[in-house]
Amino acid sequence: MNTQPLDFVPASEFKQRASGAVADAHLRKSFRGAMDFLISKRAAQFPDPVALENQRSLAEHIRKYSLARLPELLEQLERKLTDNGVKVHWAENAEEACAIIVGIAQRHSTKLMVKGKSMVSEEVELNHAMAAAGIDALESDMGEYIVQLDGEKPSHIIMPAIHKTKQQIARLFADKVPGAAYTESVDELIGIGRAVLREKFMSAEVGLSGVNFAVAETGTLCLVENEGNGRMCTTVPEVHIAITGIEKVVEKLEHVPPLFGLLTRSATGQAITTYFNMISGPRKPGEKDGPGEMHLVLVDNGRTQAYGDEQLRSTLQCIRCGACMNHCPVYTRIGGHAYGTTYPGPIGEIISPHMLGLNATHVLPTASSLCGACGEVCPVRIPIPELLVRLREEAQHDARPGHAPLRGQGAAKSRLVDAVWSGWAALYTRPAFYRAFGWLATRFRALTPPMQGGWTVSRTPMKPAARTLHELMAERKKH
Amino acid sequence: MSARDNILQRLRAAPQGKAPLAPDVPAFYAAVSAARPPSTRAARIDLFCEKMAFWHGEVVRVTDANWPQKLREICTAKGVRSLLYGEPSAHAEALKSAGISGLKAYDRPLGEWKKALFEDTDAGLTSTRGGIAETGTLIVWPDANEPRLMSLVPPIHFALLDADQLHDTLFDAMQAQRWSDGMPTNALLVSGPSKTADIQVTLAYGAHGPKELVVLLLVNEEEVQ
Repeated sequence: MNTQPLDFVPASEFKQRASGAVADAHLRKSFRGAMDFLISKRAAQFPDPVALENQRSLAEHIRKYSLARLPELLEQLERKLTDNGVKVHWAENAEEACAIIVGIAQRHSTKLMVKGKSMVSEEVELNHAMAAAGIDALESDMGEYIVQLDGEKPSHIIMPAIHKTKQQIARLFADKVPGAAYTESVDELIGIGRAVLREKFMSAEVGLSGVNFAVAETGTLCLVENEGNGRMCTTVPEVHIAITGIEKVVEKLEHVPPLFGLLTRSATGQAITTYFNMISGPRKPGEKDGPGEMHLVLVDNGRTQAYGDEQLRSTLQCIRCGACMNHCPVYTRIGGHAYGTTYPGPIGEIISPHMLGLNATHVLPTASSLCGACGEVCPVRIPIPELLVRLREEAQHDARPGHAPLRGQGAAKSRLVDAVWSGWAALYTRPAFYRAFGWLATRFRALTPPMQGGWTVSRTPMKPAARTLHELMAERKKH
Repeated sequence: MSARDNILQRLRAAPQGKAPLAPDVPAFYAAVSAARPPSTRAARIDLFCEKMAFWHGEVVRVTDANWPQKLREICTAKGVRSLLYGEPSAHAEALKSAGISGLKAYDRPLGEWKKALFEDTDAGLTSTRGGIAETGTLIVWPDANEPRLMSLVPPIHFALLDADQLHDTLFDAMQAQRWSDGMPTNALLVSGPSKTADIQVTLAYGAHGPKELVVLLLVNEEEVQ
């Protein structure tokens, strides 16, 4: 497997990568096809719009309620898990999270860690940290296994290898998996992955997983999956480490069914996944399998910044279904890699600034036409378009009075843009100036430049009309 | 200050508007079921069978008296050479007297026979704690006698499900079985054999877990079709 650090592409080069992606006909076809498929599957799950809105209201309520009580719930979760025999760790940032996990792995002198799907582990770049410590961190979700084998990152949070065709995967397996023959049969390709990974499940001492919901009242970690690799990673190795963002906690078990039902239906259009794995502790004396030791790593990594602002806090309602990206006209055209961040698409545009700072990410909230599709399909009703506008504003201005500055506050400030806007304001608020401007622009319209920067890359140049609207209306009144 | 203290302190320092009331989840589900035709045993059985078939799971209707024989027939038809079962369990005796060849008890800690479990076990039989009709789902609660991996590692998973234990929804099952009073170390919902659509959104079964799931649904004599 590839233990070389993957190339992390900074979000600041977003525009370049987006242009490249838009020009890649094959990539666009892959994403268009897959997203259309997911959109129609989701729609089929919600035939009754009234019922859907009722479900969304409840889910939004549960998430808001959980966030309002977050500190208490985290403490309750920690208490319960500790009683159940789970060691709970807290990490303020990516480095701390990685150090905790590397430390546990090293105490067990492990050479191999098998991983179930975990976006938080991608977010903290855990695989690099493990590689640096000489430990193989092997992805076992089929899609994640494929992208890791090719030295890539996932391009979708639910379907990591969505950008690849089966021919590319066939070639990849034939080249990189010892003994694998070239085959384009999906069943056979999955069979190859299954055989390789079963060996690894047997030999790994440590298994890592993410968490979909953490239930405070019982100290239960819930994992959603179809493949069974999550169950393997959390059951076969002697040590299980779960890693999650601090926002994933809910108070009661009864809060889980409404969220779980919306998660799978919104994500892949399934009423339920094959497995819903509820883990409340390591094996007890007498139990014959399951890990003997269990850890939970609670990661902040910028989440408390979002939490600190009542509007931005709604970002943390997210249950990571991916529906916002499936329905995003920008994501569908440029794919997940163009964003250069762990979380692509609309959710990535609103969460990444908290994790990486606006310096590195201020361009992301602008990668939206504000069409509103993301907010409309979000199962927990995160007002994504409003948050995009807010973050654009924060990137271009100082913090609002009474608000703490965000990391990278004002990173996109530009004197030129400010000057243009104040000039426009001066013009627009003075009728005489505005009339004069309109007169000049219409009379000298022949002088409009034919190249108008980004606008004319793929559009015809803008040109003022022959007469202003004022003049045309006055004209009309005369007749 | 520890990371824990810092994180909690930042959370506590955040402005809090009016605290939202606790969501009334039971009322939501009560309203949903009130809008549906009343749930009957026959309807639950039919819905469960339909949904489980959708997930690619087989459902065989059996009775208390004939299930071991049925299981034997299925094992023969599928060429099962070794069948893993839990002991002691409610069904172990019936299983043993059915004359199924290759019966194997999960009677040792995993570490003592991991390789044999992974490479030399064709099927596993587990009991279930119930089922969910709405989604075609099994509730599996592994314990010391029926460990977690019985329903995951063997290529075929047989599950015994009592039709009396079919609930309409996950929420109903949770409430009726009082899950919040105490969860086992591991509890599972299982809906069909393991699957993936990670290659070009093409569905393939037997990703990492069982390739086949066969539910032996225990019903009354007159409900066997």
